Amino acid sequence: MKFSLSWLKAHLESSATIDEVADCLNRIGLEVEGIENPAAALGDFRIAKVLSAEPHPQADKLQLLSIDPGDGKPLQVVCGAPNARAGMLGVFGPAGAVIPSNGMELKIAKIRGVESNGMMCSEAELEVGDDHDGIIELPDDAPVGEVYAGWAGLDDPVIDVAITPNRQDCMGVRGIARDLAAAGLGELKALEIPQIEAPEPCPVEIRTDDPEGCPAFYGRVISGVKNGASPAWMQARLKSAGQKPISALVDITNYVMLDHGRPSHAYDLAKLSGAVVARKAKDGEKVTALNEKEYALTSDMTVIADDKGVHDIAGIMGGIDSGCSQDTRDVLLEIAYFTPENIALTGQALALTSDARMRFERGVDPAFLDDAVQIITAYILEICGGKASDIMRAGAPPAAQRSVQYDPALCLSLGGIAVDQAKQWQILESLGFAVDGSWKVTVPTWRRDIDGPPDLVEEVVRMVGLDNIKSVALPRAEGVAKPTATPAQELERKLRRIAASRGLKEAVNWSFISEKEAAALGGGDWVLANPISEDMKAMRASILPGLLSAAQRNMDRGASSVRLFEIGRRYFKAKDGASDERLTLGLVLAGERSSRSWASGKAQKFDAFDAKAYVTTLLDAAGVDTERLMVMDGAGDHYHPGQSATLRLGPKNILAAFGLLHPATAKAFDLTGPIAAAEIYIDAIPPKKAPGFMRPAYSPPPLQAVTRDFAFVVPEALAASDLVAAVRGSDKTNIVAARVFDRFTGGSLPEGKVSLAIEVTLQPLDKSYTEQDLQTISEKVIASAAKLGAELRG
Amino acid sequence: MSDTEQLKSEALGAIEGADSLDALEGLRVGYLGKQGSISALMKTLGQMSPEEKKVQGPLLNGLRNDVAEAIATRKAKLETAALNAQLASERMDMSLPGPETAKGSVHPVSQVMEELAEIFADMGFAVAEGPEIEDDWRNFTALNIPETHPARAMHDTFYFPDKDDSGRAMLLRTHTSPVQIRTMTSEEPPIRIIAPGRVYRSDSDATHTPMFHQIEGLVIDRDIHLGHLKWTLETFLRAFFERDDVVLRLRPSYFPFTEPSVEVDVGYSIEKGKRVIGGHGDDADGGWMEVLGSGMVNRRVIENCDLDPDVWQGFAFGTGVDRLAMLKYGMDDLRAFFDGDARWLGHYGFDAQDVPTLSAGVGARI
Repeated sequence: MKFSLSWLKAHLESSATIDEVADCLNRIGLEVEGIENPAAALGDFRIAKVLSAEPHPQADKLQLLSIDPGDGKPLQVVCGAPNARAGMLGVFGPAGAVIPSNGMELKIAKIRGVESNGMMCSEAELEVGDDHDGIIELPDDAPVGEVYAGWAGLDDPVIDVAITPNRQDCMGVRGIARDLAAAGLGELKALEIPQIEAPEPCPVEIRTDDPEGCPAFYGRVISGVKNGASPAWMQARLKSAGQKPISALVDITNYVMLDHGRPSHAYDLAKLSGAVVARKAKDGEKVTALNEKEYALTSDMTVIADDKGVHDIAGIMGGIDSGCSQDTRDVLLEIAYFTPENIALTGQALALTSDARMRFERGVDPAFLDDAVQIITAYILEICGGKASDIMRAGAPPAAQRSVQYDPALCLSLGGIAVDQAKQWQILESLGFAVDGSWKVTVPTWRRDIDGPPDLVEEVVRMVGLDNIKSVALPRAEGVAKPTATPAQELERKLRRIAASRGLKEAVNWSFISEKEAAALGGGDWVLANPISEDMKAMRASILPGLLSAAQRNMDRGASSVRLFEIGRRYFKAKDGASDERLTLGLVLAGERSSRSWASGKAQKFDAFDAKAYVTTLLDAAGVDTERLMVMDGAGDHYHPGQSATLRLGPKNILAAFGLLHPATAKAFDLTGPIAAAEIYIDAIPPKKAPGFMRPAYSPPPLQAVTRDFAFVVPEALAASDLVAAVRGSDKTNIVAARVFDRFTGGSLPEGKVSLAIEVTLQPLDKSYTEQDLQTISEKVIASAAKLGAELRG
Repeated sequence: MSDTEQLKSEALGAIEGADSLDALEGLRVGYLGKQGSISALMKTLGQMSPEEKKVQGPLLNGLRNDVAEAIATRKAKLETAALNAQLASERMDMSLPGPETAKGSVHPVSQVMEELAEIFADMGFAVAEGPEIEDDWRNFTALNIPETHPARAMHDTFYFPDKDDSGRAMLLRTHTSPVQIRTMTSEEPPIRIIAPGRVYRSDSDATHTPMFHQIEGLVIDRDIHLGHLKWTLETFLRAFFERDDVVLRLRPSYFPFTEPSVEVDVGYSIEKGKRVIGGHGDDADGGWMEVLGSGMVNRRVIENCDLDPDVWQGFAFGTGVDRLAMLKYGMDDLRAFFDGDARWLGHYGFDAQDVPTLSAGVGARI
C-alpha cells in the first residue's frame, strides 16, 4: 500500500515529519517497506525564464535561448523544443544535474558549434508527466530561480507500507491515518459525507439473486456525465499509489478504493440492458475481464449480469464490454458487499488477483455502503457533471455490530505489560471501539479481524509499544538441565559425526528430484502437482540421487575424489494415505580412493569394499553387532549385480545396502568410472536394549591369546562370511575371533574352487593350551567347515 | 715381557685392528674358541703344580678376560658403526608428503541445529519432529488459516494430487508450525519444544530456495505471557551469537496462529562489509534485521488441539536455520547450502569434533 505524505495528512491533522510517521507505523505494526521522494532526483532543476529565442546558425530545428536561471546572469542554452519562445517560463537543468529519465549528467557542451550551458526540460525527461513533445511551460507567476519540484508540490514523499492480511481497514489511507491518530501522532480529521439531493428513482432495476455471495447490492445512475481526465490532485495521489490515471470515472472509483479501502464499479449504462443482477454464474459461462483475458466461470462464483450476460466477476474484476470510456454519458455505480470467503475461492479458482479482490476477501466495512455511494457520487458530479438518481438498495449487508467481553487484566496476563484501565479504555476508543462500564467492547464495523479478547490485548500493547514489555525469565527446573534428546536423535547425531570424522563431507540435497532420476532408483510414491521445475518434482524414495548429482557436479568441476554423505528422509506413503518418512544415511564415493603417489604408485579407484567399510564402521557406532549381520543379495537394481549386497539383522530386516553402482545408474547421472555407494536405513536399526551407563563386567584375560591359520578349499559360490561364521561357531568357548586373510583362485586349484585362509584367535581361560587342546580345537574347526564343503588344504 | 703379556699385547692389537664383525669373529675363534690359542693355554693349567697354578692361574684368567672384553667392546663399536652406516644409507627426503587422509565435515545446517538443540535443552526444551509431507489441516486449518484465508495463498505451497484417508489434501509443509499441532494433540501440557526441519515454498531467487530449514519453538503452560517470549528469544539469541549486547526490537505483526503476533528485529552493525549481530540497531552504522516471527498462541489453535485455552496459554516462534547459520558464520549465498560442492562444504563445514557444548560455547570458532 503506497501513498504520499500529503495524502495521509488529508486525513490526519499532524505536523509529523516523514521519519516520525515511518517510525510510528513500524511501532504499531504497519511495516514500512520503503520511502521515496520523487523530488529527491529533481533538486537541481529550477524555474527559469526564457529571455530570448533566436534561430541556431547551424541547425534548422534548434534555437539558441538566452535564459534567466534566477540569479540575473543570463545563460545560453541550445533547445530543440518547438514551443520554446521568448517570455515563457520553464524548468532549467544546469550543468551537473542528472536527467531522471535516462540518468545522464548534463555538461557544458557545444551543440552544432554553439555552447549550451544546460537544458530546458520536458515532463518526460523529469518523469513528472508523459509529454515529451515540448518543454514544460509554467504559469507567468511561477517564481524564477526556485526549485521546481518544491514549487510544483512534488516534494511529497511516498511511503510504502506492508499491510498484514488481517488489516483490511488499513488498505485505505484513512484507516492508516486512524491508526496513527490512535498512536498519538495527530488527530483524525472528521469525514464529511456529502448529502446529495436525488429525488429521481434509479432508472435501472438492481437485484441480488445470490444473497449468500452478494448480500447487498446498492446502485445509482448518474446521467449526463463527461468522462475526461481526472483533476491533477487526484492524478498525483493515484500516481503516488502506483496507479496510472485512466479517465475521471475510473480514477474516481480507484481513488475511493485507495482512500477508504472501498472498491466499487462504474458501468457504462448504454452497454447494459435490462435489470442488473448479482447472481451465481452458470457453469461454462464466460466473461472477458478488464485485463482482456477470458475467464470460464462456474456455478459457485458470483457475477453481476444483465439480460445479455455477465459484466463483472463480482468483487474481483469488471468486464471489458461494459466499462466506462471517454464516450460514457450515463453511469451505473455499483457498491456491493461480497462474502469474503466466496471472493477468496473464486479468486483462487481463476488465479486472478486484483486490488478489489484483496479488499473484498479480507472483508470490507459492511457499514460503509451508503457513505461510499455518496462520496463517489459527489466526486463524479463535481468532476464529470451530470445528475444523480436516488440510490437503489438490493439486500442488506451482514449485521456489522459485534462485541467482545474484555478483561483489562488480560493485558498483563497475556501481553506481559501492566497498562492502567483508563489508558486501555482510551486506546480502544481512539481506535473506534466503544467500551461500556462492564468492559463490553463493541468492535468497530471496519475491524473484521477482531475475534476475541486477545485481539484487544494486541490493540492495547501495540499502541503502548511492544518495546515497553519487560523480559521475564521462564521458570527453570532445579539443578542442571535434564537431557532432552531422544535415542533416535542421539543416534542421528552420532552417525553424522562418525561419518564426518571418517572423511565424508555432509551435503544437504533437495528432497525432490526429477521423475527420471526417481525412476532410475525405484520410483517414488509422491509426485508434486505444482512443482517449481521438472527437476524438483518427485519426493525421493532413495537417498542416493541427490548425492549422485552432487558427485557429478563435483567431478565436472574437476574433483578427483568425492566422498559425500547425507542424512535425510526418504518419502513413502503409509497405508492411511499419510506420509511415511524414513531417516536414511546415504554415502557416495566417486573417483579415487587414493591419488597417485610417490609412495604407493598409481591412483586407486573406490570399490564396493570401501563402501562396506564405511557401512560397518557406522553400524558398529550405532551399536549393531556387525559380525552377526547376514550378508545377502538384494541391494537393488541400481547396484552392480555382482558387487553389492545388503546387511541384514535376520533375513527380513535390512539395515544397509552397499556396493558398486550399476553402470547404467551411473550413466543416468552422467557419472563415469566405478562409483561406490551405500545406504543405511537408520529407522531399521533396533534401539539399544535397556541403555544405561554400566558396561558388562570385563577384565583382560591373564593368558596370551594364540592364533592358528587354516586354509580351506571351498566351492566358489560359498560366501566367505558363512565359512567364517562356521569356524567361529565351532568352539564358542575358545574361539574369540576369525577372519579371512587370504583368498585365491586358479593355480593348482580346480575350476570352481577357491582357497580361503582364515586366521583363528584362541583365548585360553585358566590355563595354557596343551598340544592336545589345540588338536581338539583344530578338529572342531575342520569338521565345522567341512559341513559347508570346505576341505583343509594339505 | 712374558709370553702371556706378549700374547695379550698381540691379541689386543689384532682386535683393535679388526675392521669387520667377521674379522672380529675370526679373532674370537682364534683366541677364545675351543681350539683357540688362549683356550689352549687355559688347558695347560690342569697339568701345572699348585704353585705354578697360583701364579699362572690369575695371569691366564686375566688374559682371557681382557681379550674377551676387548672383543665385546670392539664388537659393540663395529655394530654401532654398521648401524650408523645402514641408517645413513636409508636417509629419505622428509619433505615428501605422508599418505593423504580424507577430511570430512558436518554441514552448517546440521551444526546450527545441534547448537540450537543444546541452547534450548538448557532452557528445558525438547526437540520435536514431524513429517515434511503434511496434511492441509495441520499445516493450515488447525493453525487458524482456513481455506479462504488470504494468508494461505501467501504461503506458495507445493501440493500433491493425493488426499489421505480422512480426505485431507497432502502438501509439503510450508513451515515447521504443524509440529505445534502434532505436539499439542499428542502431549499433555506443560510443553516446551523446539522443532527444527526442512520446509518448502514454491519460491526461488537469489535469497530464496524452494527448500530451506526452519526452527519452531512452542511453550504451553499456565501464566505464560509476551514477557516470557521476549526473554526466551533474547536469551536464545544471546547464547547463539555468544554476545551479551544482542538487542531486540519487537514490532506488532500478524500471523493467523498467534494473537498478539510479534515480529522480532535484531540490531546489527556493519563490520568489514558484513552484518554482524549485536548492538542497537539505531546506532550509527547499525540497522535492524527481521529474524523471527512469534506471538502468543491463538486461542483457536489451542482449541483445535482439544486443549482448554482458559487454562493453557503460551507462545510460539519461528525462524530460519539457514539464515541463522549465515548470520553467525558469514556465508552469503543460500543456494550454496544445497549444492553439495565439496570445496564449499570443506570451507564452511565443521569438524566432526566441533560438538556444541555449553562449557566450550555452542559456537565453533576458527
